[in-house]
Amino acid sequence: MSRLLTIRVLVALTLALGWTYVGWRWSASLNLAAWWIAVPLVVAETYSLIDVTLFGVTMWRARERPAPPPPAPGTTVDVLITTYDEPVDLVMRTALAAQRIRYPHTTWVLDDGARPALRDAALAAGIGYVVRSPDWEGRPRHAKAGNLNNALLATDGELVLVLDADQVPDPAILDRTVGYFDDPRVAIVQTPQVFDNVPVEDPLGSQAPLFYGPIMQGKDGWNAAFFCGSNAVLRRDALMQLGLVGYVDASRLAVRRALRTARTVLARAARGAADPTVAEALTSVRGAATHALRRLDTGDPLGPVTYEFQRAVDAASGTLVDADVARMRADLAQIADLRDADGTLPLDESVLTRLAARDWSPLGALESVRDLLRAVDVDRHDEAQAVQPVATVSVTEDMATAMALHALGWRTVYHHETLAHGLAPEDLPTMLTQRLRWAQGTIQTMLRRNPLRVPGLTAGQRLMYSATMWSYLSGFTAVVYLVAPVLFLFFGVMPVTAWSADFFARFVPFLVASQLLFLVVARGLTTWRGQQYALALFPVWIRACVTAAANVWWGRPLEFAVTRKDGRSSAVAWRRVLPQLVATVVLVVAVPVGLARAALGLSAWSGTLVNVAWVGYDLVVLGVVVQALRYRGYRATAATEGDG
Amino acid sequence: MDLDLELRGDRTAVLRITGRLTMVGAGDVRAAVDRAVTAGHPLVVVDLTDVPFMDSSGLGALVGGLRATRAAQGDLRIAGVGEQVRTVLELTTVDRVLRPYAHVDDALRGE
Repeated sequence: MSRLLTIRVLVALTLALGWTYVGWRWSASLNLAAWWIAVPLVVAETYSLIDVTLFGVTMWRARERPAPPPPAPGTTVDVLITTYDEPVDLVMRTALAAQRIRYPHTTWVLDDGARPALRDAALAAGIGYVVRSPDWEGRPRHAKAGNLNNALLATDGELVLVLDADQVPDPAILDRTVGYFDDPRVAIVQTPQVFDNVPVEDPLGSQAPLFYGPIMQGKDGWNAAFFCGSNAVLRRDALMQLGLVGYVDASRLAVRRALRTARTVLARAARGAADPTVAEALTSVRGAATHALRRLDTGDPLGPVTYEFQRAVDAASGTLVDADVARMRADLAQIADLRDADGTLPLDESVLTRLAARDWSPLGALESVRDLLRAVDVDRHDEAQAVQPVATVSVTEDMATAMALHALGWRTVYHHETLAHGLAPEDLPTMLTQRLRWAQGTIQTMLRRNPLRVPGLTAGQRLMYSATMWSYLSGFTAVVYLVAPVLFLFFGVMPVTAWSADFFARFVPFLVASQLLFLVVARGLTTWRGQQYALALFPVWIRACVTAAANVWWGRPLEFAVTRKDGRSSAVAWRRVLPQLVATVVLVVAVPVGLARAALGLSAWSGTLVNVAWVGYDLVVLGVVVQALRYRGYRATAATEGDG
Repeated sequence: MDLDLELRGDRTAVLRITGRLTMVGAGDVRAAVDRAVTAGHPLVVVDLTDVPFMDSSGLGALVGGLRATRAAQGDLRIAGVGEQVRTVLELTTVDRVLRPYAHVDDALRGE
């Protein structure tokens, strides 16, 4: 039986058994006397099964691509290395390796820190050096997405290879990827991210062999492999198309909103204007706004409509300037009348007050709405660049960009071959910050661009993007999985009617089938670390959900931090994992308490043993946090092995 | 790609492009529009009659030029759009912003 067929049989089996089990849980096993834990638990189990289902759908099309065609000669490529505050040596190590890439290309360091030392080192090595153009001053910088967008306007290769500052590329990276672009519909080729400074036991769960492997191959099968921020080649024309579509969308929205608001504000201002000249000018601008909206409704392009509107505003301001000049002349005449007989100007209170009263000038009336009127234009003056090719809706620019490209009909490729070697965080706090940022970015993207609703995606693509986003909601269910057994062992609270033969007959086959599926999919890869962290980092996932929602819905800042990768250590690491440590202690105490209660006949042995096993599983999973706390970085580990 | 910038009276200018307008020429187009704006001719008509092919980066340069002219109370208009250029305008939805005029004179009048 072929591997894919085996996987499909196991997927079908797992899902059939899983949905039978969860169906039974909902219909026949809820202990409604303890609904407050029974319902959360069954919801958590349903959540997990949906997660497994989406995983199954991903694996259904797991695709191992044949080797790509050799690259056609003559394709122009820019290699873009993004940096913010990484050490100069580290950036230059990557830049020099990029220079040695065999396929003809131009290498650029995109320095968001604008550091003179890096500039000198890059230029001395004959490497291009790019910093933000002056247009970015005082405007949103959009982090890494902004850095890339700035460079895209400063370079002109047909393809761009994007590398994080610590991802040292293989000389063959372009030879192995450029060939895919023979297909004119291909926009992105993503390769794996693998880290060199990680010991075999990977205490911080840095490697993602399941993701950069079966999962991305599965997404690729649905034409939904996405850009992961580094080690990817992108087609400039696709990015520019994306930027132009985004520019048009943003302009249409901004112009309509500004015109509608302007109508309301101008009507109010005209009513309140004492001066008839002013009232007339305001009314005429309001008329222009109404006319502009009507033209947009009939499908007239934004360009001519906004141009005409701005000229109407200019004309109205013109009448007011004339009125202003007339008034100033009158003022000056009055002031002249105040002169004493000897010609000196008495600087008394009344004159100063009069001179200072410029706010009753007619032009001032338009000043108040000037910003609003300024927004009725197609120049996106609030942004550094009208066209922003790389998506700026989220702190992680990669997934949103890929989804927008898929929505426009572009294809993507996952090329499963390690062609760059990176550096992973070497301490727990840095790792936690990085995971938080990824999770926040994913949830931001989900809330701003719901993959189920974005027009233009295929059904398979909708499911694939949903799968990634769905998995980040697991923090809430993890809490339920930790609390439920504790409640039983301490207090005998039963979320199910009984842990009976009915339960085992449905649960155990599902568990066996799903673990078997996992085993076949992983094909000997060590994926246990990933499973542990999916549960053990529950406070991070919850925090990401809460902060991202607060950001998208109420505009709260994200407390966004750039990941540092130079091995910073922190004595207060344990404080960042306090919830996990507390949970561990509670779980450990629950076991003897539960056993004692069973011995005293206060609860049934079957339930006690199930829950003790459950707690045992939770403890093994959470144990990774303790391991991570004890980790002292890669160098220290190497030293104990005698080669440091 | 060749560029010919002709400054006319009444704050206007005509930028005639000959050849393929792609990422390679995008910077030059932006620079030419900036020159017109700086010289006090912010109403720029770009004549695309002799542009058989334009890519998204080329169009991006025109949008960048539009921004520059608008900042100087001017405008950027396109004229003489061929089949391929029209397809790119539709594909990028930029036809919802820029109206393609048949001739340079129509564009100058805005009709």
